[in-house]
Amino acid sequence: MTNSSASSYDEMLDTDGGVRAAYAGYAKWLEEQPPNLLRRKGIEAEAFFRRTGITFNVYGNDDAEERLIPFDPVPRIISADQWRKLSRGIDQRVRALNAFLHDLYHRQEIVRSGRLPARLLEGNAAYLAAMAGFTPPGGVYTHIVGIDLVRTGEDDFMVLEDNARTPSGVSYMLENRETMMAMFPELFTRVRVREVSDYPSRLARSLAACAPPAFDGDKPTVAVLTPGIYNSAYFEHAFLADQMGAELVEGSDLRVENGRIAMRTTRGYEPVDVIYRRVDDDYLDPLSFNPDSVLGVAGIMDVYRAGGVTIANAPGTGISDDKAIYSFMPEIVEFYTGEKPLLQNVPTWRCCEADALGYVLDNLAELVVKEVHGSGGYGMLIGPTSSRKEIAAFEAKLRANPDNYIAQPTLALSTVPIFTKAGLAPRHVDLRPFVLVSPNGIDITPGGLTRVALKKGSLVVNSSQGGGTKDSWVLDD
Amino acid sequence: MLGRSANGIFWLFRYLERAENTVRLLDAGFRMALTRNSNDASDEWRSVIITLGLQAGFEARFGGEYGGAQVFNYVLRDKENPGSVLRMIEGARTNARMVRTGITREVWQAVNESWMKLRDMLARPVNEVRLGSVLDTVRLQATQVRGAMEGTMLRNEIYNFARLGTFIERADNTARILDVKYYVLLPSLSYVGSSLDNVQWDTVLRSVAGERAYRWLHAGRLDARGIAEFLILDQRFPRSLAFCYNKLRSNLAHLAREYGDKVASHDLLREADARMHAQTIDAIIDQGLHQFIGTFIAGNARLAQQIQRDYRFIE
Repeated sequence: MTNSSASSYDEMLDTDGGVRAAYAGYAKWLEEQPPNLLRRKGIEAEAFFRRTGITFNVYGNDDAEERLIPFDPVPRIISADQWRKLSRGIDQRVRALNAFLHDLYHRQEIVRSGRLPARLLEGNAAYLAAMAGFTPPGGVYTHIVGIDLVRTGEDDFMVLEDNARTPSGVSYMLENRETMMAMFPELFTRVRVREVSDYPSRLARSLAACAPPAFDGDKPTVAVLTPGIYNSAYFEHAFLADQMGAELVEGSDLRVENGRIAMRTTRGYEPVDVIYRRVDDDYLDPLSFNPDSVLGVAGIMDVYRAGGVTIANAPGTGISDDKAIYSFMPEIVEFYTGEKPLLQNVPTWRCCEADALGYVLDNLAELVVKEVHGSGGYGMLIGPTSSRKEIAAFEAKLRANPDNYIAQPTLALSTVPIFTKAGLAPRHVDLRPFVLVSPNGIDITPGGLTRVALKKGSLVVNSSQGGGTKDSWVLDD
Repeated sequence: MLGRSANGIFWLFRYLERAENTVRLLDAGFRMALTRNSNDASDEWRSVIITLGLQAGFEARFGGEYGGAQVFNYVLRDKENPGSVLRMIEGARTNARMVRTGITREVWQAVNESWMKLRDMLARPVNEVRLGSVLDTVRLQATQVRGAMEGTMLRNEIYNFARLGTFIERADNTARILDVKYYVLLPSLSYVGSSLDNVQWDTVLRSVAGERAYRWLHAGRLDARGIAEFLILDQRFPRSLAFCYNKLRSNLAHLAREYGDKVASHDLLREADARMHAQTIDAIIDQGLHQFIGTFIAGNARLAQQIQRDYRFIE
């Protein structure tokens, strides 16, 4: 597989330049519009985002404290049929993830059966001993999952990352849709697109269904725990709390009182039942984890284990985001569901294995190499777009600590057109649908966040690395 | 409602109010500077700085010279001035971000837009040509936030904390103007019928946006007692101390009703209220205007602190 756009699957146009079925309605509408419409609307959209404060903070960048994620006005469209197939695969994968996490923190049958090497867990910082033997309220580990999917062909969707920890980006899914509807209202009367705007109420319902044993009342109190206004995803934390009608709390608002987590309100301390935390495991409880953390709540893990509060996602779910463990997902899905996996994994070489490492070292220039615990596009090597010097530097790191890396082929990610000065031009995309899990089942919002690499030929879609976003449409039948 | 959010709302509106009052003060000072010789003008700029409590910082930077451009740039945008208008608008916006879930989208957008506009306008030094439009922008943006607030916010505890912030700050600002300017009023208080420094008095009224209202009420007759009474006791004038305290009273009463209990700040307010309502302007002047205002400012600060304690703004 190569990095060239020419060989990539374009989601709008087939190889003869004909418009694919999913885009037929959109293409027809676009043809009827005045030529400068997209440009004009793009400028409007940017002003709108600035005014509403839909920004993210970039770490280590003092100059531009708040930046906009570029928004592209051409939608990414998925047919109803394609979505049905995807949903089945996502549902299966998320069921397996939760069963896997439960097993990891209990009998570890999968290790006993020899399908997962024990060494992947030993000394792995993402495996939390504090969770061993404990079952979270409702048996739910991953209340919110944002699976990253990439597409390489008509029916070829692969999971790039499971993001079972604290996936972000859902506010962009919602705001992108609002923006599109504000910019092109008549388009939505022509093409029937499935609704995403009820995600916050679905999330509120889903979280409320996971109330802890100590809760006794009509309506559980849900709070979103944010590290604060300087966090890169603060806008999203505030947005979700606002849309759910939940409190937006910081660690300093919370303390342990009578075996519950309580928040300081203007009337005194009041118990919180479900905490949707956007704080990493490490910072959650200075008594159990990082003692220097001021973002969490001292003693929350004890309250949690005693059934006084629900933490979503459960601490310790990050273990399934480990990229070495990811490479076993096909086995994991089969082990817990008894079914063949519906979604493929990206082929992955585990550099901790001598054969694999040998192959990776021989083919660095063609591969993507990632840190086992990394995320956000940091600390990775994209062989085909790196200089010899960069590759050599990376090789030294890899040789020094091979266990810390996995490698994957450079995928020919599908493309969707974006609007450029020179007209529409194809760019690589991925897709992050958002999945909610509660004792009532798995709930997949029809849509998701499409991230797009704005630079021609680039495969890096991360917003921290210059990616943009698109509204993602799932067509109604 | 979280105590931290109540604190954020309270300060959001304190900062906005202070920013607005600060530009009114600058506006009045600027007007005075245009109509007076340079000595008087520099006196006026100096009194603006003193009213804002910025004397030490300003003199450390510029010495005792009170040039107009220096003063209004220092007050509006100087990086070394922690109380600059730009910092206040930033502070307002930071608090608005923090309490984003407590305010409507329209209020947030109005605050955010104020910050975006002011940040651009104050990116470079302001000269006399641009000063007017900068001051106008601050006033207009404050009006916009107020309008969004008025039109879209629920009348609940959040609104009450916002109003408490607004009127604590406004009462403080009006009192400070009186405190610095009382010497202008004083001589004429003792000599009935003496010749008045009309321009000085006009400046006092302008800095609280009260010149029109006062003229209308008093048929254009400027008199010291009348002005003092207007700024302290007139319940119709939205920047008078009495008006601010009426608002503080009704908002605290609303909180007491909603929460079903009384707290220490209610007692403090009653005392302050009693001090003001039992008085006539003659009694206040007989006891000493300066002393009255000093007591008022201290009591106002105590009330603000007590509100923060009673409603658990901070741990």
